Amino acid sequence: MSNEPAKLQLTGGEQRRVVRERLYRHLLLLCASVTVVVTGSIIFALAFDAVQFFEMVDPVDFFTGTTWITDRGQFGVLPLVTGTLLVTVVAGLVAIPVGVLAAIYLSEYASARARSVLKPALEILAGIPTVVYGYLALIYLTPFLRTLGIDLGTFNVLSASVMVGVMIIPMVSSLSEDAMSAVPASLREGGFTLGATKFQVSTGIVVPAAISGIFASFILALSRAIGETMVVVMAMGLRPRMFDLSAPLSSLQESGQTMTSAMVQAVTSDVGAASPTYKSMFALGLTLFAITFAMNYLSNWIAERYREEYN
Amino acid sequence: MVENDFDRPGASPENASTAHSTARGLDAETAAEQPTAAAVESSVAETPTTESNAGDSSASHPSSERQSAGGSTAAESTNGIISARDLDVYYGDERALRDVSIEIRSERVTAIIGPSGCGKSTFLRCFNRMNDLIQSARVDGRVEFEGTNIYDDDVDPVALRRRIGMVFQQPNPFPKSIFDNVAYGLRTQDDTENLDERVERALKRAALWDEVEGDLDKSALDLSGGQQQRLCTARAIAVDPDIILMDEPASALDPIATSKIEDLIEELAEDYTVVIVTHNMQQAARISDRTAVFLTGGELVEYGDTDQIFENPESDRVEDYITGKFG
Repeated sequence: MSNEPAKLQLTGGEQRRVVRERLYRHLLLLCASVTVVVTGSIIFALAFDAVQFFEMVDPVDFFTGTTWITDRGQFGVLPLVTGTLLVTVVAGLVAIPVGVLAAIYLSEYASARARSVLKPALEILAGIPTVVYGYLALIYLTPFLRTLGIDLGTFNVLSASVMVGVMIIPMVSSLSEDAMSAVPASLREGGFTLGATKFQVSTGIVVPAAISGIFASFILALSRAIGETMVVVMAMGLRPRMFDLSAPLSSLQESGQTMTSAMVQAVTSDVGAASPTYKSMFALGLTLFAITFAMNYLSNWIAERYREEYN
Repeated sequence: MVENDFDRPGASPENASTAHSTARGLDAETAAEQPTAAAVESSVAETPTTESNAGDSSASHPSSERQSAGGSTAAESTNGIISARDLDVYYGDERALRDVSIEIRSERVTAIIGPSGCGKSTFLRCFNRMNDLIQSARVDGRVEFEGTNIYDDDVDPVALRRRIGMVFQQPNPFPKSIFDNVAYGLRTQDDTENLDERVERALKRAALWDEVEGDLDKSALDLSGGQQQRLCTARAIAVDPDIILMDEPASALDPIATSKIEDLIEELAEDYTVVIVTHNMQQAARISDRTAVFLTGGELVEYGDTDQIFENPESDRVEDYITGKFG
């Protein structure tokens, strides 16, 4: 410091800093915009080709038809939608109970040591490539289920769905556990001081207090099940089959097809790029996009709706 | 945990008449083996409690602490309900409580005061084994409640906590309705007979009924801080415990809400034994009958009648603390 009284400089001199700050801001904005641009492009691309498809196939036939045989020009999407929903429901029946109970264990019961083993194990489960799950379903799960006396085709809905369920367990358990861990310890203590047992506190206080996060984890996991492709292509077969309400269980034992695997089939089949079979991929993609988008929206709505303030 | 009728082979008839609320023994067998503070106290407790007793001052001195509980000081003239003997608490290697012995009297307000970090809350949490929930905590010594050392292996902390309730520093209502909050303890015990009536009684007892009548289905989180704290008190008394532990129950509240809580505590002391931790010395002086002073290091320095502690403490350190020289 010089002896002169320090003079505060308020103007000029800092031009470079201002420019630099502005640059940072634009750089960050650019990165943030990538997601929006990509999403927008996808919607546009899907819609563009889907419109061409719907010029060849009546949208009403598409959305209400119950037969999907592309070679014969029958593009009824309902067998694929029910196939997708069937996989989603069964996967949810596997993943939701197991995932939530695992989350309760991890959040409320597990010792630090148990947690240090289980959490990485769950993360590994989440990191396994889906093609491996498909392989496991086809080579191991189906024969295993047969030994239990369940009559299954080589390709069947049941083992594919169960495997998708196993695959999404980590999503349910990890997000639910985050939600439960966020419940303040004071609520648990309140329960304990009233003579509640650990199980009563976990299920009667912690789970209800974390319910919005737990629901959100269900929706995200089910969205993942809806969009799952590789497992169903490998283990479920490629036969679109309308869900038979009168014999729901037989639908599980036989092969089936989902929207995603029909898209794979369309893109890998030997047809011209201008054919309706090829273009059907985009109509299916758009339908799938609409469904998962609705699910995400629902998830946000639920999280808002049931959010609890804890003090 | 089996709840036994008061039927201890070792207990004499006058024990039964004077010991407070012994209808549900924690563990009758253990009780039988140990002639305990409660039994010994009550056998000499035929005279009604007097505020200043010759036995108090000597017994309150840390060096000659509750050896009296073993029966040496026959002048003790109250019925103790819960007592600690040679209690040490460690968090890991750190010693949070140092050799504390104390006897809490029945149907009184006992205040525990002391500077921050002196182990007041740790001590309070020994009475309902809430320190069990802290993994690093280790408790040595005995806490005797109705003739049973609550740290014995066969004591069920869940059953214990049904007898010894607690209200915390921060109001911690469950994110449920007002009714469900108060009913929680009874429901967890499958004790739902006349539930509506008992919830109403608890809310009235906690001086909250008039403010929430008709809003019982509303979320407890919509209540003000002071109302929430009274709700938490109602929740604790709904299960009809013998002792209510309060850990700085008013420290998060404004003055008006604080005075309501204080009124409530004094009223509760007619039926319940209240042990309250506070760092507010005026509060301790206003509402308590007995005061225990903890000083840094987790040491119980002085315990006696509140008037005596505040007007004429024996220990210089307590005097320094009370008069605000430190802490």
